[in-house]
Amino acid sequence: MDWLIEILKAIGLALVVFTYLAVVGAMLGVYMERKISGWIQARLGPKHVGPQGLLQTIADTVKLLQKEHITPRNADAAIFNTAPIIVAVAGLLDWIVIPFGKLGDRVLVVRDLNIGVLYFAAMASLTVVGILAGGWSSNNKYALLGGLRSASQMISYEIPLALGILWVAMVTGTLSTVGIVEAQVGSGSWAVLDWFVFQWFPFGFIAFLIFLVAATAEVNRVPFDLPEAESELVAGYFAEYTGMRFALFQLGEYAEAFAMAALATIMFLGGWLEPGLPAILWLFLAIGAVAAAAFIMFSGARQSLVVRPILILSLITAAVGVIMFFGVNAGRSPVLPSPVWFLVKMFALVFFLMWMRWTYPRLRLDQLLGFSWKALLPVGLVNLLITALYMLVRR
Amino acid sequence: MGELAAFTILALVTLIPAVVVVTSKNIVRSALSLIPTFLGVTGIYIMLSAEFVAGIQVLIYAGAITVLILFVIMLTEGGSGVRVRQVNEQVPLGATAAVWLGFLILLVIFRTPWPAAPAAQPQYSAATIGNAFLTDYVLVFEATSLVLLVSLIGAIIIARREA
Amino acid sequence: MPKVLVDWLYVGVFVVVGIIMAALPLAVVWLLAPRMDQPQKTLTYESGVIPFGQAWAQFNVRYYLFALVFVVFDVEVIYLYPWAIVFRQLGWFAFVEMLIFLSILLVGLAYAWRKGALEWT
Repeated sequence: MDWLIEILKAIGLALVVFTYLAVVGAMLGVYMERKISGWIQARLGPKHVGPQGLLQTIADTVKLLQKEHITPRNADAAIFNTAPIIVAVAGLLDWIVIPFGKLGDRVLVVRDLNIGVLYFAAMASLTVVGILAGGWSSNNKYALLGGLRSASQMISYEIPLALGILWVAMVTGTLSTVGIVEAQVGSGSWAVLDWFVFQWFPFGFIAFLIFLVAATAEVNRVPFDLPEAESELVAGYFAEYTGMRFALFQLGEYAEAFAMAALATIMFLGGWLEPGLPAILWLFLAIGAVAAAAFIMFSGARQSLVVRPILILSLITAAVGVIMFFGVNAGRSPVLPSPVWFLVKMFALVFFLMWMRWTYPRLRLDQLLGFSWKALLPVGLVNLLITALYMLVRR
Repeated sequence: MGELAAFTILALVTLIPAVVVVTSKNIVRSALSLIPTFLGVTGIYIMLSAEFVAGIQVLIYAGAITVLILFVIMLTEGGSGVRVRQVNEQVPLGATAAVWLGFLILLVIFRTPWPAAPAAQPQYSAATIGNAFLTDYVLVFEATSLVLLVSLIGAIIIARREA
Repeated sequence: MPKVLVDWLYVGVFVVVGIIMAALPLAVVWLLAPRMDQPQKTLTYESGVIPFGQAWAQFNVRYYLFALVFVVFDVEVIYLYPWAIVFRQLGWFAFVEMLIFLSILLVGLAYAWRKGALEWT
């Protein structure tokens, strides 16, 4: 009967993860995106539903639930209806191997698969099929072009993505996500230098950059958002989708974007590990944040709309700096619970992705594909080999 | 009991879409039906504890080969082949081959003296596979890269001529 | 039960629950949303003009070339995974082997590059 218990546990966890994705991934993600885009373009973003517009996406979801489903009469209805589900489920499956932190000796992860990162890459590659199916079945020129572009972009960047993953697998000798985080545990007051971004500098950093660029392209975000280029392809592969089916595509996309940020955190930024820095540096960080906030408040910059999020960020940084300063001095380790660190790092990367989106223009298709095959792929391979050589020589 | 149930489910997941693949009149639907078939096979690999092979199955077959097939369909003339009916002109030949193959498989199944107790499963982990490739099967490993090179060059030559 | 099976049992359950959870809002929509059939509504969207022909037409062979190169390199990456895991134990020997393996494939990449298979024009 133990398998029955496992199935029940799995159902429970699946519901939890799905809810987490719907709330944090999609709703908070969309809210963040709109708010950040507003700030960057000197607007306010959603403001009226709930405090600071926090409930805006919930209102939108309720609205979407009441929208009529339109299936174009020339479309292939069966595939048209299945495609968003494929994308959403592929986005959900990524999260099985993502460890959120550690409570006592228990790692907070759905299952620590032996082939963790390979599994992640495999699930991410399934999204392509859903997008291609959605684009084709719409029988719409924009949608089909968007789907084809998206597919060729995603497959081109899957190789550099795998090279980033392989770098970590080679250095750690394991594919398990938990194992990878545990390989980054450092000691002493500079433990942060054992994270793979900093370890074996600059090779780890190069691998991190390759992974990040490939991940951005994999989730179709600017500057790699050609498949959805509003100005030329309307909305790309989901041009014909209405209501909740459109929302499922969005859910899958945000789930995947967050999962990529989470995997980058796990592989290169130490996952749930606390950044181990000397106490005095934390104090400097807090003072610096307060100084930046003070500079903004007492200069002309106060007039600008963009200032408020920067103020909030610097206040949070100052608070964390002070807490960490006293915590480290008191000899506590870790000072803050590990899931907090994981989420902080993940959201920092998500913020970075959104920042990029609203700052850079879009690439052309030939530039995009050329960049993957002619720059990322050779650099990734050479980086892998040189790191291997370096590991052998240093041993 | 659980094992049998799992196997039955996986076999159905593999076989039902496989029937769709060969009977569907729409070639894109055929191509897309390959995915559940591949995933069902993945499940069977997992029941044999071959996790790494299962991961490859999803990554290469469901993720890469299917996309390649879809691209091929979309660049063929006659569009994405909605109205193209799959007409098999070699039904008698194909049926003969299928019956013969089925007979052979049944023969093997019934003639093999199956051990009553299952032996210990070999380890199919990535590390074991890597060790095998890099020590016992070095030549095969290097030859694989030659095969890949030849297939790449051949594909480019064929595609360039058509372009 | 062995760990591997339990692990993947979870994956299987996630697939099933995921499909149900994703289909659930669609069922809610089926109950809540209005349905009005109008011939114009189900027309394919083409920026407001009457759609011209079908979208299912022949597409550029370029896409196919990229897919081919991708499949070859994806297979190559698959060979890199087991190598990456055992690399630390095997040392120099594994390194030289992978160097040969990758050099042969890089010849392929260089060939594709020279022949313009990686160009879009």
